[in-house]
Amino acid sequence: MTADRSGELTPQLIETGTWSDELVSRTLPIVDVPFVSIGGGLGSLAAVDLLRIAGLRTDDIRVVTTIDRPHQTYRLLAENSQIPVEERIRSDASSTIDNIWGFPSYATREAMSAKGLANKIAPLRHVLVEPVLDDYYTPTAGQVYSSVDAEANRIGWNKMLLKGVVRMVRRRVGGGYFTVYTPKAGQDPTHGGTKRVAVRSRHVHIAVGYPGVRFLPDLQKYRKTHKDFSRVVNAYENHDYVYEELRRRPSTVMVRGSGIVASRILVRLLDDREKRGANTTVIHLFRNYVREPQGDRATFRRDGRNGFAYQGFNYPKAAWGGQLKEQLESLDGDARKDLIGRLGGTNTPHRRAWDDQLERGRHGGWYRQFEGQVQSVAPGQDQTVQTTVADRAGRTIQLEANFIVDATGLESDISEHRVLADLLDYGGAGRNPLGRLDVEPSFEVRGTRSEPGRMYASGSIALGGYYAGVDSFLGLQYAALRIHDDLASAGFGTRLGSMRSVKEWWRWMRQQPVP
Amino acid sequence: MTPTLVGRIQTRLFLLATVGLGWTILISPILVQQDGSVGRVYAITISAVFLTAVFGVGWELLYHALQQYRWEKDWPILYSLVVAFPEGFLVWISVLVIFFGSPPPFLVFWFHFLSTWSLVWLVAVGPIKVLLPRWRYQGGRIVEK
Ligand SMILES: Cc1cc2nc3c(=O)[nH]c(=O)nc-3n(C[C@H](O)[C@H](O)[C@H](O)COP(=O)(O)OP(=O)(O)OC[C@H]3O[C@@H](n4cnc5c(N)ncnc54)[C@H](O)[C@@H]3O)c2cc1C
Repeated sequence: MTADRSGELTPQLIETGTWSDELVSRTLPIVDVPFVSIGGGLGSLAAVDLLRIAGLRTDDIRVVTTIDRPHQTYRLLAENSQIPVEERIRSDASSTIDNIWGFPSYATREAMSAKGLANKIAPLRHVLVEPVLDDYYTPTAGQVYSSVDAEANRIGWNKMLLKGVVRMVRRRVGGGYFTVYTPKAGQDPTHGGTKRVAVRSRHVHIAVGYPGVRFLPDLQKYRKTHKDFSRVVNAYENHDYVYEELRRRPSTVMVRGSGIVASRILVRLLDDREKRGANTTVIHLFRNYVREPQGDRATFRRDGRNGFAYQGFNYPKAAWGGQLKEQLESLDGDARKDLIGRLGGTNTPHRRAWDDQLERGRHGGWYRQFEGQVQSVAPGQDQTVQTTVADRAGRTIQLEANFIVDATGLESDISEHRVLADLLDYGGAGRNPLGRLDVEPSFEVRGTRSEPGRMYASGSIALGGYYAGVDSFLGLQYAALRIHDDLASAGFGTRLGSMRSVKEWWRWMRQQPVP
Repeated sequence: MTPTLVGRIQTRLFLLATVGLGWTILISPILVQQDGSVGRVYAITISAVFLTAVFGVGWELLYHALQQYRWEKDWPILYSLVVAFPEGFLVWISVLVIFFGSPPPFLVFWFHFLSTWSLVWLVAVGPIKVLLPRWRYQGGRIVEK
């Protein structure tokens, strides 16, 4: 057989779980590199940043991605869900995705770069008294973006990029993995104009983010049945035209959901009303209306009122590094699923300004809350969408709105992602109690070992493992540290110790490039 | 901070034995008053550090218990500053008892105690993470599990 290197995925390749070099090289050009991270978002950045700081060179690492900057996808989702650059994000001062130490924190840096004494003191005062005398301090999205850019430059991010879409990862006969991807036009690293390239590596890290958006089933059904994709929108998708339309004519908007994204959408709608002349009435439909603190024990009770369950972050803070983290590490199966559920679930941070705004809306009559189970969603009169709801007393109520914003979920099944579906089918990977990729405490994907190679996963695809906050800045950084430790114990790189840590931190402080 | 009980105790002992003791050794000579001797100041300040460590194990048990009533199971950094006062008071009383007959000067004791506390606190909210990059993920443990 001749080697055509056209990049064709032959049926034989597709059907063979573990590939030999010979089989692959029949049709695919091969690029060699020790460590590959798939995704190129913040999860890849966290992993690569740590490995670089721990001593790996840019030549040791390749990042296969469709985006240019690591915050690109995050930013897109954030802006769609109404977190513009000047807004404050959810996570805290020491969840510094551009700095593995969490020091100096975003608050300290905000203080250092602020102009005027009052502006310098404000963020420091805030972190000093949080969350006792004030809500948690959180950085602006803009600060996160600019510092991520700086860190990416510092570690030579661009030198490590392979631009393109990954199709699959397969194990290799003799150890390690093949990552097959379609290079972006004109960016084939082999310069042969091939359709696909196989990257042969010892280790692989998968951080592909969210498999896709998910609509509530009743809204999904409405969209499909009535081919109406403009009145029922998902908060994570671009829906700016909705806000434009709202400023043109008095309208009613229904918001579904009561998590952080719902809070963001409410802020946008009510800000538009209060500051930008929109005459919008907001109907907020709750499935579970929280009236009082949740939990049956004084030692396990979450703040809740006005419909919302409140906590600073997706999980209680100690899930990232305290006693709750240790507790979760010791659990498996349903016990783990259950605890993650009770620590997380639908919740939003308490912010005084948001509370006040909702209160004004309730008083003024332009923010109205309803609780109930949706029976059906159908076209209403005058281009509205009508939602039929059974309330708590069993009565049926009809709610009409010009738009419905679904702010309930970003999580679809991992099998909707091609690479992950392939891993489940051919790679030996399995699912955890929450249905995501099953990983070890080290974030190695169970069942995919290809000695001496190892495959890891972090981000939302690994939610349900031993670490609740895996889909967060700090969680991605924790995963990075565990992955590094695991790799170092397998002889790949040297474990980051105190001496190197201090030295590299000092390099970071001076913003010197990592060699 | 999101400490575990073991982590709290380890961090306290580690920081007092390094930063706390180091600072104490450095500043004690400056605190000598006209009629006093360096030896006596050292006796006072080092006893204070020692007692802060020993009583601290008990205090940490209490803090850990209080932490159970916080949903976040965290320990706000404000708390770790404020508790300097009850803790300092207990150490002050104990020092008065130990040095019964020639009580240590009020200012010497409190200057030393509060400056040491602040320094330890400052290291705990930042620099310790540089020295021990895994510390913040393991509930403040110095010795890894
Ligand atoms: C709106 C929003 C706000 C958030 N706010 C916070 C916050 O305040 N604090 C916090 O700690 N966390 C927050 N998170 C959670 C989390 O930290 C971020 O989503 C983070 O970006 C996750 O990083 P990731 O690498 O897993 O995914 P991403 O950053 O989304 O990166 C994954 C990348 O993989 C790419 N990819 C997917 N498939 C392929 C393929 N086949 N080939 C090549 N590339 C592929 C995607 O295009 C994407 O660019 C937020 C999440 C969202 C959605």
